[in-house]
Amino acid sequence: MDLATVWFVLVAVLWVGYLALEGFDFGVGMLTRGFARGDRERRVLINTIGPVWDGNEVWMITAVGATFAAFPEWYATAWAAYYAPLVVILMSLIVRGLAFEYRAKHDTERWRRWWDRAIFWGSAVPAFTWGVLLAGFVQGLPLDGRHDFTGGLADIVTPYTMLGGAVTVVLSLLHGAHYVALKTVGDIRLRARALAGRLAAPVALLAAGFAGWTLLDRDGGPMSWLAWLGGVGLVVALIAGRAAIVQRSEGWAFTASFTAMVFFGVVLFASLYPNVLPSTTDVGGLTIANAASSDYTLTVITWVAVPFVPLVVAYQTWVYWMFRRRIGVQHIPSP
Amino acid sequence: MDVVDLARWQFGITTVVHYFFVPFTISMAFLVAIMQTMWMRTQDERWLRLTKFFGKLLLINLAVGVVTGLVQEFQFGLNWSDFSRFVGDIFGAPLAMEALLAFYLESVFVGVWIFGWGRIPPKIHLATIWVTAFATLLSAYFILAANSFMQNPVGYEINEEAGRAELTDFGAVLTNKVTLVTFPHTIFAAFMVGGAVVAGVAMWHLVKGRREPTAAEPGAPSDAITFRHALRIGAVAVLIGGVGAAVSGDLQGKVMTEVQPMKMAAAEALYDTQQPAPFSLFTVGSLDGSQALYSIEIPYLLSFLSTGSFQGEVQGINDIQQEYEQLYGPGDYTPNIPATYWTFRLMVGFGGLAAAIAAWQLWSTRRGRVPTSVWALRATVVLPFLPLAANTFGWVFTEMGRQPWLVFGLMPTASGVTPGSTAGGVFATLASFTVLYAGLTVLWVWLLAKHARPGLPDVSAEARWGRSSAGEDGSSAGDAAAGSGDDDAADRPLTFAY
Repeated sequence: MDLATVWFVLVAVLWVGYLALEGFDFGVGMLTRGFARGDRERRVLINTIGPVWDGNEVWMITAVGATFAAFPEWYATAWAAYYAPLVVILMSLIVRGLAFEYRAKHDTERWRRWWDRAIFWGSAVPAFTWGVLLAGFVQGLPLDGRHDFTGGLADIVTPYTMLGGAVTVVLSLLHGAHYVALKTVGDIRLRARALAGRLAAPVALLAAGFAGWTLLDRDGGPMSWLAWLGGVGLVVALIAGRAAIVQRSEGWAFTASFTAMVFFGVVLFASLYPNVLPSTTDVGGLTIANAASSDYTLTVITWVAVPFVPLVVAYQTWVYWMFRRRIGVQHIPSP
Repeated sequence: MDVVDLARWQFGITTVVHYFFVPFTISMAFLVAIMQTMWMRTQDERWLRLTKFFGKLLLINLAVGVVTGLVQEFQFGLNWSDFSRFVGDIFGAPLAMEALLAFYLESVFVGVWIFGWGRIPPKIHLATIWVTAFATLLSAYFILAANSFMQNPVGYEINEEAGRAELTDFGAVLTNKVTLVTFPHTIFAAFMVGGAVVAGVAMWHLVKGRREPTAAEPGAPSDAITFRHALRIGAVAVLIGGVGAAVSGDLQGKVMTEVQPMKMAAAEALYDTQQPAPFSLFTVGSLDGSQALYSIEIPYLLSFLSTGSFQGEVQGINDIQQEYEQLYGPGDYTPNIPATYWTFRLMVGFGGLAAAIAAWQLWSTRRGRVPTSVWALRATVVLPFLPLAANTFGWVFTEMGRQPWLVFGLMPTASGVTPGSTAGGVFATLASFTVLYAGLTVLWVWLLAKHARPGLPDVSAEARWGRSSAGEDGSSAGDAAAGSGDDDAADRPLTFAY
């Protein structure tokens, strides 16, 4: 495997890590509306992800930074093409991040209501839009000879990418429900379990539909065996998660939806390989080979990534262990 | 306005606003870490109260700094995709390393710090704020290394076939002489921001408490002593930052004269080469800066600033322009002179004024004194904004002074813009970002003021937690609190929650 391929794998791992981690905190954010009963429960939900959401989001920042360093052409073409949806994502993530920190910093009903909206929409909108954009990588975009995007929004918003967005939202929601069941005590935990049980079948159906569409459309690629494995794994993991939550094994249910997110990423990136952004015209497609940085640059960043990626995983895991205790309404201090 | 101008405004506005929060975070993280360390060492509750009080301001600021930083990671691709293609092989590496080495550390450990109060061993908790603080420095270094490449490209070669600059020596990029002088300058200047916030807020409470003793909250006398500690720390930080920024800025001027002489000439609006060259403090001139009508000048000073010698020759704009025409072909190689001239002076002026106020604060509060005039009160309110303005003008100067280059000598700004982008499209996002960022800035000032106004917080819960494991190896209390949860403490409310 050459270094450029190693970096394709690493970028994929970073995106998959992002989906699997921020996926559940997006899910928790969406559960603050409708699911949570009253302000105290909403605060329970927010506090389950309070110490960790920011670290989860860095997976995306790093994925983007790694793309810039290892595949400047991919970075340049993709973000210029995805301009409008990206601005929507960025603005949503801005208000969401502020909402967590600012919600409790002023004590009026109206203030909290606005930040609650920010948390809900700031979680749902990026989850959906990232799904659209990642599916868009697989689908491809109209590019010209120098890899510039020549299309419009209609080339990004297609039935396939919309399904990708929807699957990301429902997977996040299920993942979030498992996380809440795992991290809370009391009534909220029971309801999270029940909700996860009800969500499992429709989520599996949608996910299977998306995986099937991707696999049939992209069959014959050099890594299609892995993509197939991912598709099957995705559905199996969702079924296993449903079995676990019925058995009240919340840890296993969370592990299952985490794995489902990973397999969802595997479907996407294995179908994409060896492209990074295929063109829907005859020219301009970006591949691992023609989008990559020079060997020297790849060597330098590899030397940095080899020790530091495992280190990041280690200390982030430690933080989850540190905050492993469940919380419930009784733990929420009065404002 | 064309696409290039709009794209520049968008980058400028989003980055300048982001940089309101960055120096605040860097310096305040260290100042809060120092306060918490003092508490751990002395077990004196006053330090704990200061830690919690200024820690809250740090978090209000950090949140908005983090979220506006998200935009930075993408915006080289949004409007500047040809720039990203051309320098990505070099420029991407420090950005990726910033994320991997620094931003993870900062984001993960600040979460532990925020939620760790009362839940994890106090010594580990203290370590997390130090880790966060050092991560901000590391972050700054990588970002400045990337920026310095744009000021003074090093460690690369042009690959004609691929049409891009490629990295040949990463060590050279990290030890770019511009980075080496810009990093200390940036960090010293950052310390003026946090120091000014601490000193301003602390002295506001002191003066307010003395002016309106009836309005003071219960326990005010001890608050006054505590705020006096904070005032000292803050004012000293401003002074050290000020002196450091001046000294490093002087070194920076000499490097700039060497690698970007046009920027130095533009800073002084020096059209003709002079030896020795004076420094003008203030000029009334025609709007385009081409003609001086009235000017206060200090002889020899510019020569000294640029070359280190009072007799040194300083190249003028016209000579450099001619030289560049020969080197790079016909074109206008001068930046916007009034902008560079004035931003340079505003940077120095606001920074100097902040240092002067900090010195006055120390003098006027010596040996238990507290000034009570309304001007003293006003000065404390103004103080935090001065270094912030100096930081902003410094960046506007250095980035506008690089124009018309995007990457000095290699890529003109206009060539870096995303091909096919339309003025209407960029205007729409520029307007959206401007409205959102204006809202964020107002919210930020309002929330900071709101939380700076009340007296020091009650910290009995944190103090108990700190004491319970003092003297031991600092693990028992935290382990009990973080444990499986069927002990007595299981249903106690969290010490901190959103």
